[in-house]
Amino acid sequence: MISVSELTKVYGQTLAVDHISFDVPEGQIVGFLGPNGAGKSTTLKILTCYLPPTSGGATIAGFNIFHQSEQVREKLGYLPENCPLYTEMKVEEYLDFRGRLRGMDRELRRKRIDYVIERCWLPSVRTKTIGHLSKGFRQRVGLADALLHNPPVLILDEPTVGLDPAQIRESRKLIKELGGDHTVMLSTHILPEVEAVCDRAIVIASGKIVAQGTPDELRQSRRMQARVLVECRAPAKELAVAMERVSGVREVEVISNGAKDSHYVTAALRPKEGYDVREEAARTVIQHGWPLREVRLESATLEEFFVQVTASQAMASGAGGEQ
Amino acid sequence: MRRSPVIARRELSSYFYSPIAYVVMVIFLFICGVLFFEDFQPGHVAAMRSLFEWMVFLLVFAIPVLSMGLMSQEWATGTIETLMTAPVEETDVIIGKFLGSLGFFLVLLAPTMIYVLMLVIYSPSFDFGPIFSGYLGIVLVGALFISIGLFCSSLTRSQVVAAVSAAAILFAITIVPMWLGQRTTLGWFLRGVADQMVFRRYTDFSRGVIDTGNLIFFLATTAVFLFLSVKALESRRWR
Repeated sequence: MISVSELTKVYGQTLAVDHISFDVPEGQIVGFLGPNGAGKSTTLKILTCYLPPTSGGATIAGFNIFHQSEQVREKLGYLPENCPLYTEMKVEEYLDFRGRLRGMDRELRRKRIDYVIERCWLPSVRTKTIGHLSKGFRQRVGLADALLHNPPVLILDEPTVGLDPAQIRESRKLIKELGGDHTVMLSTHILPEVEAVCDRAIVIASGKIVAQGTPDELRQSRRMQARVLVECRAPAKELAVAMERVSGVREVEVISNGAKDSHYVTAALRPKEGYDVREEAARTVIQHGWPLREVRLESATLEEFFVQVTASQAMASGAGGEQ
Repeated sequence: MRRSPVIARRELSSYFYSPIAYVVMVIFLFICGVLFFEDFQPGHVAAMRSLFEWMVFLLVFAIPVLSMGLMSQEWATGTIETLMTAPVEETDVIIGKFLGSLGFFLVLLAPTMIYVLMLVIYSPSFDFGPIFSGYLGIVLVGALFISIGLFCSSLTRSQVVAAVSAAAILFAITIVPMWLGQRTTLGWFLRGVADQMVFRRYTDFSRGVIDTGNLIFFLATTAVFLFLSVKALESRRWR
């Protein structure tokens, strides 16, 4: 439904988006994930035909974003960052204006406005002035506008920023429900959002795609293998040596628990593929007579993955800049 | 240009929510009233010529205030993004904004029709011709001024910058040439320039003369500034 190839955007001297390519099949919800300034919004602005790409191209619903911009925009619902709206208008009035702008006739407008107002939980503010609404309601008005013409593709730029936790949960639920009928691409720098909502994540850092896959795939990818944490009262060096001897351990890192708890140390074990080292590690500690406090499998989070890939990307580009 | 009326309608209605538009309206109409009653006395000619000519000066300051938000507000709040990602063209937006603003200008002008009515009542034999051409001229001047204001507004996200720069341009093409034109010792070049500018061309209308040359001057310059506004809006694509 969305197909991007070698998309590049240069602002003056800065390379904002660097030859990115990806595809989004119909009905999927894709999270576009990256730290601030990674090029997420720029990519989305290009996809919505607001900005032209410097090079490369993309098609949405089969239409080229550059040559068939008007058709693309007809197939597209877009919620920009910070959700800009005409604050002096009433909710219903605004949606009616947007409907007219899209050339919808009176009957269709009435039907669709009723539908989106219901869908985005707006009936209570239908005749209120947008300027008087809370951030959460405004965000929903923006979403209602994006849905108004029932577009096959929805592009949402940071749809949950500035909402309170309850509103975030509602918005995510709504977006999740929209998947299937619509192809959704949303950008975020919040990881749980991707895990909660998206079928697939595309991680972008410094304008490049650094990883993509389902949240599970990303979690299982090699860089973020789970660690086993063994906490016991033992001399750090001896513990490290002992743990390295445990079969299946690839790497050991001993972390001190700090001054407050100086007797205890934690050994972080990285097991080889397919090994569960917990039993043997525990046995080893006990054989040495060290008091064992905890053996724990650290569940790998997307967060850790995210920090790893984006940090390594930032370091690489930083080093590149110095040369 | 299919969607221009939609945008024009929204723009016009947004003026009625804006306090600054009412302020401009009140000041404009108050000064017009004072000027009219200066002239509206026994023994004076039953005409609105001096009022019309004063109006041009008022508009030099009034129009920039009315037009300053047209595009700059869209840039500043980011609504330009929702607007341009709907299936509309840059021309739709500029023409729509222009027509909406022109609509409000007509609303601003409408109450001055009362003066025409008073002339009719108190001086049944007066000449309608110059009144008609005067209004036609003032609408053309308004259209030109709005297109200049719209152009300035589409260059910046700051309404203040838009208003000040538009007022400066209007001042330079209206008041400066008029002041220059009053001086008898003037080189042929400056004299020629002064005669081509807004005020000299407008005075024909207020006298009751509809000259095709003047008509084309106003329509063409308006079109030029509308075209430049479209280009300014498109410029986000090559910046």
